[in-house]
Amino acid sequence: MIQYIIRRLLIAIPTLLVISFVIFAILYFAPGDPTGSLPMTVPPEVRQQIRESLGIGEPMHIRYYKWLVQFSINEPLNILQHSFGITIGDTENRTRILSWATRSPVIDLIVERTPQTLWVVGLSFLLGILMAIPIGIVQAYRQYSLFDQIGTFVAMVGFSVPTFFTGVVAIILFSVQLKWFPMIYDTTLEVTSWNNFVLQVKQMIMPVTVLGFYQASQLSRFMRASILDNLNLDYVRTARSKGRSENAVLMIHVLRNSLIPVVTLIALGIPTIFGGAIITEQIFRVNGLGQLLIIAIEGADIPTVQTLTFLFAILIVLFNLIADVVYGMLDPRIRYD
Amino acid sequence: MNANTASMDSAVIETEHRTMWNDVWRQFRKHKGAVVGVFVFIFIIIAVSVGPLIYGVDPQAIDFKARNLGPVWAHPLGTDNIGHDTLAQMLAGGQVSLAVGLSAALIALFLGTLIGVVAGFVKSLDGPLMRLTDIFLSLPLLPLLLVSIMLFRDPLRTMFGPEKGIFLLIVVIIGVTSWMHTARIVRGDVLSIKEREFVTAAHSIGTRRHRIVFRHILPNILSPIMVSATLGIANAIITESALSFLGLGFPPDFPTWGRLLFDGTNFIQITPSRVIWPGVFIALTVLSVNYIGDGLRDALDPRLRGR
Repeated sequence: MIQYIIRRLLIAIPTLLVISFVIFAILYFAPGDPTGSLPMTVPPEVRQQIRESLGIGEPMHIRYYKWLVQFSINEPLNILQHSFGITIGDTENRTRILSWATRSPVIDLIVERTPQTLWVVGLSFLLGILMAIPIGIVQAYRQYSLFDQIGTFVAMVGFSVPTFFTGVVAIILFSVQLKWFPMIYDTTLEVTSWNNFVLQVKQMIMPVTVLGFYQASQLSRFMRASILDNLNLDYVRTARSKGRSENAVLMIHVLRNSLIPVVTLIALGIPTIFGGAIITEQIFRVNGLGQLLIIAIEGADIPTVQTLTFLFAILIVLFNLIADVVYGMLDPRIRYD
Repeated sequence: MNANTASMDSAVIETEHRTMWNDVWRQFRKHKGAVVGVFVFIFIIIAVSVGPLIYGVDPQAIDFKARNLGPVWAHPLGTDNIGHDTLAQMLAGGQVSLAVGLSAALIALFLGTLIGVVAGFVKSLDGPLMRLTDIFLSLPLLPLLLVSIMLFRDPLRTMFGPEKGIFLLIVVIIGVTSWMHTARIVRGDVLSIKEREFVTAAHSIGTRRHRIVFRHILPNILSPIMVSATLGIANAIITESALSFLGLGFPPDFPTWGRLLFDGTNFIQITPSRVIWPGVFIALTVLSVNYIGDGLRDALDPRLRGR
């Protein structure tokens, strides 16, 4: 198993290198100039100096190399130093990836915005899982019942209707008409008292439910299918003939086996928490990672876009690996040799 | 007498020549959702292609006296903040949305089938092509779509004109980033089918390789291709509206359903119907296409058919 993980990690390195190069190249060939928005009165020499200070004048391979070193060596060392106080190497001359828009390190921007994304999108993912598993179990156990038919229909609607529509409808209903929840997510709100806590919960209800419902509709279909696959297998009949209660058969024997594919699916879905948050954050004006990306794209802030996109790619590759490993751990029939 | 002819009729139907596609059709009809989906999808296609001819209102016509109207006789779905007729815009936008969905799905389908067949059939290309597929699957697609639209929008606009340029860009970009699942499924099926006896037989009588692919392999993998085609349409329509919703899709003077929805969100307190209509139609289209895909999957699965 450990050998397998090491092998997979080694394969992941060239994959990530290719991806980082693709991302870099797309942005490198981008037309557009960060000094283009400066006033006309700025003389050309100053313009040139600004361009050099941003590191634009250099050839492609050097820029790529610098960015890669900054991303994969300098920034991790910085994080190590800040969080554990371990200092390695020369801290003074270590260059960092700087945003063109704010001139501050990109990683700091990301660290600032991660909590909002994790709270809103992570909670909705959790809610989706908690809704999908019981619904899927009941649907499969009572196949073709009224509950199953309604559940299948709702799930189909749930994943066909895009979140940017359900989100906007929720805003019309609950913010504009009923005035129950605020329309815009206020990130400056700090939870210091009970009142603020209530406000925080209120503003989180809509984004979390809208996205959670979408996740649940996808997962419940898989959960239902997975349980149906298991229900007619021999080991279920054996368990029943041993005289185990129906409850134990379903909740212990069937559920554990059916969860195996669903757990891997959940692991594969975790990177989409970050990437897929782009739309949800845009609807409810949450200033998380997705919004940072949109702002950076609109402002042609290339270092930020590069770093964020590559970070998403790393998460995808990492969780693919985790999904495969977890699958092997949960299912003893699968051996990686 | 009547009952007699009725039973005669059914006897005639029973002895009718049974073909695979007849069976598929019979199974497909049993799936109620899929049948409703077909009707809804055909209705939407007819509405957006014939509708503008019948309705005859220019979607770009501006009437400042009739701003932000609710439904009235002259404007059945109301108007927007500068007096565009919402129904005319919905019809025009639907044409673009459906055209994007269908053509992007077609590109993805072509690429996916091509890469899948080549990877499955040519052993030396299997490894590299599947690595490529894996890399494409690990790319964060939505951010990359957004970035490339921002970057290439202006050059393409000057090259092909504002409308064609953005249409080409979005269709190609969605198509190029959504072929991977089709390729994987097709490759798996090709790998299993090329070991079958009838392929060996074709080889042994000297059939050329491309002939084997077109005559023996492609017809046998048609069902997964059809299913992924329907899912591809739904996916492309959603992606296009998501891009437009983020303000990085079609320009406001060239509306699609996603763009109309995006423009409407700033006015939800005045005219909520501007959000509801495009949203409902995106949802209906995607839902009907997904149901068609579901029905096709059941109908094309020989283990389920004939039960």
